[in-house]
Amino acid sequence: METKRLVFIGVGGQGNLLASRLVGEAALSLGIPAVVSEIHGMAQRGGIVESAVLLGEVTSPIVSNAEADVLIGFEPLETLRSLGKCNKDTLIITNTHPLPPFTVAAGQGKYPPVDKSLELIRSKAKKVIALDGNAMANEAGNPLSLNMVMLGALIGSGAIPIGAEDMKKTISTSTKKAFLESNLKAFDLGMQSAN
Amino acid sequence: MHKLLTEESGRELLLLGNEAIARGALEAGVSFTTCYPGTPSSEIPDQFFRISQETDLYFEYSTNEKVALEVGAGAAISGLRTMVTMKHVGLNVASDPLMTLAYLGVKGGMVIINADDPFCFSSQNEQDNRYYARLSSLPMLEPTNVQEMKDMTVAAFDLSEELELPVIIRTTTRLNHISAAVKLGDLRPVKTKDTFQKNPFHFVAVPAVSRNLHKLLLEKYNRALEKSEKWPGNQIIGNGRWGIVANGVSFNYASDAVSDLGISDKVSILKLGFSWPLPKDLCTHFLKQVDKVLVVEELEPVMENDLKAIAQESGITIPIKGKGVGGLSRLFEYDPGMVRKAVAEYFGVAYKKPEMHDLLDIPELPGRPPNLCAGCPHRATYYSVKQVYGPDAIYPTDIGCYTLGLLPPISMADLVICMGSSVSTGCGFSRATDQKVVSFIGDSTFFHSGITGLLNAVHNNHKFTLVILDNGTTAMTGHQPHPGVDTEPMGVNLTRVPVEDIVRGCGVKDVHVVRPFKLKKTIEAVKATMEYDGMSVIISKELCPLFAKAVGRFKKTRPFYVNHNKCKNHRDCINLLACPAMYLDGDQVEIDENLCIGCSVCAQVCPENAILPLKA
Repeated sequence: METKRLVFIGVGGQGNLLASRLVGEAALSLGIPAVVSEIHGMAQRGGIVESAVLLGEVTSPIVSNAEADVLIGFEPLETLRSLGKCNKDTLIITNTHPLPPFTVAAGQGKYPPVDKSLELIRSKAKKVIALDGNAMANEAGNPLSLNMVMLGALIGSGAIPIGAEDMKKTISTSTKKAFLESNLKAFDLGMQSAN
Repeated sequence: MHKLLTEESGRELLLLGNEAIARGALEAGVSFTTCYPGTPSSEIPDQFFRISQETDLYFEYSTNEKVALEVGAGAAISGLRTMVTMKHVGLNVASDPLMTLAYLGVKGGMVIINADDPFCFSSQNEQDNRYYARLSSLPMLEPTNVQEMKDMTVAAFDLSEELELPVIIRTTTRLNHISAAVKLGDLRPVKTKDTFQKNPFHFVAVPAVSRNLHKLLLEKYNRALEKSEKWPGNQIIGNGRWGIVANGVSFNYASDAVSDLGISDKVSILKLGFSWPLPKDLCTHFLKQVDKVLVVEELEPVMENDLKAIAQESGITIPIKGKGVGGLSRLFEYDPGMVRKAVAEYFGVAYKKPEMHDLLDIPELPGRPPNLCAGCPHRATYYSVKQVYGPDAIYPTDIGCYTLGLLPPISMADLVICMGSSVSTGCGFSRATDQKVVSFIGDSTFFHSGITGLLNAVHNNHKFTLVILDNGTTAMTGHQPHPGVDTEPMGVNLTRVPVEDIVRGCGVKDVHVVRPFKLKKTIEAVKATMEYDGMSVIISKELCPLFAKAVGRFKKTRPFYVNHNKCKNHRDCINLLACPAMYLDGDQVEIDENLCIGCSVCAQVCPENAILPLKA
């Protein structure tokens, strides 16, 4: 298959590491070669969390600047900050719900208005899927299911060779029963928004 | 059952690199594992902590890496298969036993896992520990992917037992923290007890014995060299006249670059997995079959220099380069794009760089640095100390979450060298200057290597204050226990040694135990240390809230809110504490009730008493 390089970017606590691992698990179940890469430790304390998934006949576990096929941004400011990973053909999937960093409250910088950020993001990419992932997660009944919404949007975009049923099967085997229904609903809402 | 204990040999599992190492050790029949946790190695021992609770395998979080290696040495010399894990700077701590254990050798296979951290993702430096293999003459293996991390661990145990030498496996952060499919092998039988065979004229390293042992080590080294020459993982891939030599994660970048550039027919890659002793004959053979060589290795030009020396001996004069080609330097991590560019440049291959966006129109974005969590007790302790000692005192700090006290508005970190250095550098600062000195150290770091510094401070009559931030866990690396922890909620029953007993045992007379969320009392204690003429210790005790939640010991308290009728917008709360539960809504400070854990520190700081607990 054609190599696919995915970059997930989010803020500590948003669950992007789990989302990238689930893509890896689903790929494994379908026999698609996959490498998932993540960074732990000090970087995680409220900071930016980046992970990557590489699908296909590629052995390097990370994505260089300008080489992402898909950028999945869990927070609009962080999507904007990560545009260096993209080229003109990159598909960008971004949450529009802002999570201002603490530096803004402490007066060390201004949070850029979301519509302005989206405008800049759109000016750099052929295809942008922008969705209010937090609203969908709430609608699904679990604010922590943002990662499932974003995963749904990724699968719905058709950018990777993993179908909705296979992805849902993976979600079902790795989710606690209490959250399964809301997670699957969040996934569906995300998927619909990408169609 | 822990997933790594599955007997389904042949099955493929998506494993983290560190889980793959743990599985490899299990397949090799490891029965004894020790460690001091440290990113990026921590998930290896964390697997064994859980596995040891459902098997008869022995595991311990030792107090530091030197101790871990020595405990492991006792087991391996008795005949057990033993693994010791640590991060790269941990091997500095363990380097004392390492150098002489290499002389003594082992009976049961011993594998030392050493995790390097290029780019310092979670470390104070990015030293290249391949030099330790050269320094100690111990064999070193370097996997390039997750499957190899598992397979090489199995092979390393066999190699160690055959050579009667500890074997070092060197990984880097990228390998420890990637996940990929791993095909499992069989679990071998485990030996959990053996008998130590006395042999003092071999095991007691007095000079007369050591001289013989050094000879023996060199003999073993030569046997290791024969092994590395024939090691199937040391291989030449392809038969082109352009040579590339690569190790570790960089091997992937190099081989992807070769296929991306479509030059597979022109290139040979020498892949070095058993990288020390360097297989000299194989390298010579390789150098003879190529016209020029590019060495792709992160950090130091270790293989590059060795290959140049080998070429010199054999009268080979082809160009051998690494550092300085394209963007390849001694700094930081490599990445696929960087290596592709270097390969293309060095061999003169045309290639199209991926088109980067012009990002000049992106405005300056507010930073998102890591921060102490909402309700972190360290924040409260820092606040109280600063109220008394002010911004001008010298604040040596140490390795842990509290190093984040570096950032404004706390700004109370003036020096970090290594674990334990806060205490000992405090001794130096307080003698060399007339400035006040307050050192900060976490509980786990205190046990790791702060105690000897404190003894030194007392014995040599140093006068400063040491604050021990006792949050009841090793927080930064993932909540591992240490000797001061009550381990019962974690499912084990280890003997607890309270920090206070150690401090008093070291001879400190001025000891204060405070609850940091009680600001008034804490500030009183800090003032007392300022007035005391001698060595003072404050033990600031409050559980890490993340840990408390994880072990079910979190006491739910009501979150706080800002009463805007009372608030006069001084913003002391935000400006002095920087708690991430606070944010600005327009001009008003608000508290996110989902993040607030009700520590009440901001309420105590507010001059208007405008921060109040939410009504139930």
